[in-house]
Amino acid sequence: MNDAIQSFDLKSIRAQFPILGEKIRGKDLVFLDSAASAQKPRAVIDAMVHAMERQYANIHRGLHWMSERTTEAYEMARDASARLLNANDRSEIVFVRNSTEAVNLLAHSYGRSIMKPGQAVLISGMEHHSNIVPWQMLRDSHGIELRVAPITDPGELDMAGTEALLADGKVGLVAITHMSNVLGTYTPAERLAALAHQYGAKIFFDGSQAVVHRRVDVQALGADFYCFTGHKLYGPTGIGVLWGRRELLDAMPPFLGGGDMISSVSYERSTWADVPHKFEAGTPAIIEGIGLNAAIEFIESIGYPAIAAHEAALTDHALAKMSAIEGITVIGRAQDRGGVISFTLDRAHAHDVATLLDRQGIAVRAGQHCAEPLMRRFGLDSTARASFGIYTTHEEIDALADTLGRIREFFA
Amino acid sequence: MFEDVRDLYNAAILERGRRPRHMGKLEAFDTTAKGDNPMCGDRVTVWLKFAPDGTIGQTGFDARGCEISKASADLMVEAVQGRAPADTKAMFERFRTMAQSGECPSCAEFEPLKPLAAVHAYPSRVKCAALPWHALVAALDGAANATSES
Repeated sequence: MNDAIQSFDLKSIRAQFPILGEKIRGKDLVFLDSAASAQKPRAVIDAMVHAMERQYANIHRGLHWMSERTTEAYEMARDASARLLNANDRSEIVFVRNSTEAVNLLAHSYGRSIMKPGQAVLISGMEHHSNIVPWQMLRDSHGIELRVAPITDPGELDMAGTEALLADGKVGLVAITHMSNVLGTYTPAERLAALAHQYGAKIFFDGSQAVVHRRVDVQALGADFYCFTGHKLYGPTGIGVLWGRRELLDAMPPFLGGGDMISSVSYERSTWADVPHKFEAGTPAIIEGIGLNAAIEFIESIGYPAIAAHEAALTDHALAKMSAIEGITVIGRAQDRGGVISFTLDRAHAHDVATLLDRQGIAVRAGQHCAEPLMRRFGLDSTARASFGIYTTHEEIDALADTLGRIREFFA
Repeated sequence: MFEDVRDLYNAAILERGRRPRHMGKLEAFDTTAKGDNPMCGDRVTVWLKFAPDGTIGQTGFDARGCEISKASADLMVEAVQGRAPADTKAMFERFRTMAQSGECPSCAEFEPLKPLAAVHAYPSRVKCAALPWHALVAALDGAANATSES
């Protein structure tokens, strides 16, 4: 065992998540649906409750003690997010509701002003609908071509196919996941950024899954934009981050208009606040921002080396266990992958599998995982998906594997 | 291990789900519609042929999905056979009541559908049982598409 794993005290980590003590129909909760939304540690819950009980007012505008203190607490989330991504400056952190809003902001603002009709956006064949549909809307309203980089049967990005789609120099933006929510595949972010830049394109990563599991350094990756969402990172719903390089954000027009995003307003014209506030119209998710700060501090207190080592061991264990069950097919066999495992069972549909697992207290997701084109790519209409978090144990994976074997017998 | 799911996954449902008796497209039909639950990926297509008196003469379906949606479609075909369109739609309303509450408003008529009654104890699966009915009613109404995901 290396130091990272030794310093990782799973029991004490689990003790910080109150919900893990819940029983489902009398059975221990085995929560294997963290890729959809993660559970919340005590520190996040307490920070949000504390804000509402002891320290709350609207921010950025009050001249009173409560507003000043609340503004400070909320803005700590911007510093924490900048640390998390190793952003060059805290002003590069734009708060949004979730990753979906981040992509829409980018498509609306960057896509409609910096990009010109005739240019193209390049996505990949393993995107979540949130990184497909906003670009389709841009295509249809603004004459931007949408290209889709192919993926291979093991569920990796086809790099030669990707480069071929960049070769004519028309791609203005590559918008791609950093980790697939279906296959668990990490895309080769550094190589992709270098490739995009070589052909004159900027690159945006959807880090909704990746940032939960491994250290992300946007400067080292060479990224231009990056987003993540709080609720998958053990934080609250309703808050996420779009990071962008300062000069790119400076050049972009606002997304939504209203309070908080202006410098001055008259009936003739208004001028915009500086970034990031230019993109943050209206009263933001104050309590959720305070919760996000606590979530990032929680991650930092454990550290990515320990998190990554724990989850890599879990993933290896799960793949070995599941491969040993007759009739299970794991979708996606990428070399570089994380703890998101989609699978089918030969004798039962994914919904039936999920229902029977649920009766044993085991929560998985079943369906298309907001990735219908990816499902079609593999000739599937649905899969079951087990996804792991910081609190997942080997015993929980054993319970999953054991129950899957019994489900297969049930449908014999 | 799974004795507690036998209420829904009973012998009739498992048999119908695996070997539906009425699955297949009708060669000649008067109306058709597709039921689609995009969040979960289930899809059911229904084809109807009316008898000379305007009642449902023949029903065929094709289903891509779970045991519950397929079994529900197969049982539905028998339940609506010979019924007038208005009567069929009224039956759909009563079926929804049964799927959501477990109570059958007129149990004699629901005898063929009874294997599905326990679905009310599985709230996330009610839409699976309801999807073929939504497609059927859409076909009767002349609509091309339907969903039970709302």
